Amino acid sequence: MARMKFICDAERCIECNGCVTACKNEHEVPWGVNRRRVVTLNDGVPGEKSISVACMHCSDAPCMAVCPVNCFYKTDEGVVLHDKDVCIGCGYCSYACPFGAPQFPSQGTFGVRGKMDKCTFCAGGPEANGSQAEFEKYGRNRLAEGKLPACAEMCSTKALLAGDGDVVADIFRNRVLKRNKGAEVWGWGTAYGSTKAGQPAKEGGKS
Amino acid sequence: MSKTIVSLALVAVCGLSACMEKPQTLGTKSDAAPFTGTGDAPTAFVNGGWKAGDKTSWEQALRTRAQAGQNDYAKTN
Repeated sequence: MARMKFICDAERCIECNGCVTACKNEHEVPWGVNRRRVVTLNDGVPGEKSISVACMHCSDAPCMAVCPVNCFYKTDEGVVLHDKDVCIGCGYCSYACPFGAPQFPSQGTFGVRGKMDKCTFCAGGPEANGSQAEFEKYGRNRLAEGKLPACAEMCSTKALLAGDGDVVADIFRNRVLKRNKGAEVWGWGTAYGSTKAGQPAKEGGKS
Repeated sequence: MSKTIVSLALVAVCGLSACMEKPQTLGTKSDAAPFTGTGDAPTAFVNGGWKAGDKTSWEQALRTRAQAGQNDYAKTN
């Protein structure tokens, strides 16, 4: 299998925040923590674009590179996960992430800043698949249930695609060919490009 | 007398060992692969069409789900 990837189609996203709601409900994410957010560019200006942003599970994840306690790991499917039992809530990953994915609960182990929480691609954490311990720390493990992330499956306009990189790229390519525009995939190059993740895009690049 | 001393020393050593730090291990985590399924957890929410432990069938089930659920051109055309 190819790597698991997200694509957000800015031509389709209508800023309904259904993905955000689906994520919060599925994983019972606490107040103040948003694993997924919808960002609108040029809000209010004709031609505004919205994109749904969460952890992109980068090929060369900068969060993994900077973590001082090495709490991150990557699954065979390319999903970047972390171990909350190891996290010390230092926040380095938050500075390193180009997508603002790492979130910190305002009440937690370390007082005003709890252990880091982020999108798991609905793949849980190091605890046993589908266990109560896994759910309480990381949320549902939908991949182990043979399902795709709730945000993408819930998306009403199918702007947000998730799954095998080959499959979602093929779906997106077909769309671009049919409508003959909107080939820019926001964040794709940053997360999965040949350059190191977290580095600024090349001059004139869209992502 | 010496037996009492030895046994007291043993108790003291056992008592002190409880004060030791817990082992802290860092490094690569072991996480069960998703295709192994949810194990003993309730299976009410598991999507059918694949067999737990069979990676190929799991991958195929996800591909089918992605196409059926996300490729609306395939649904309408």
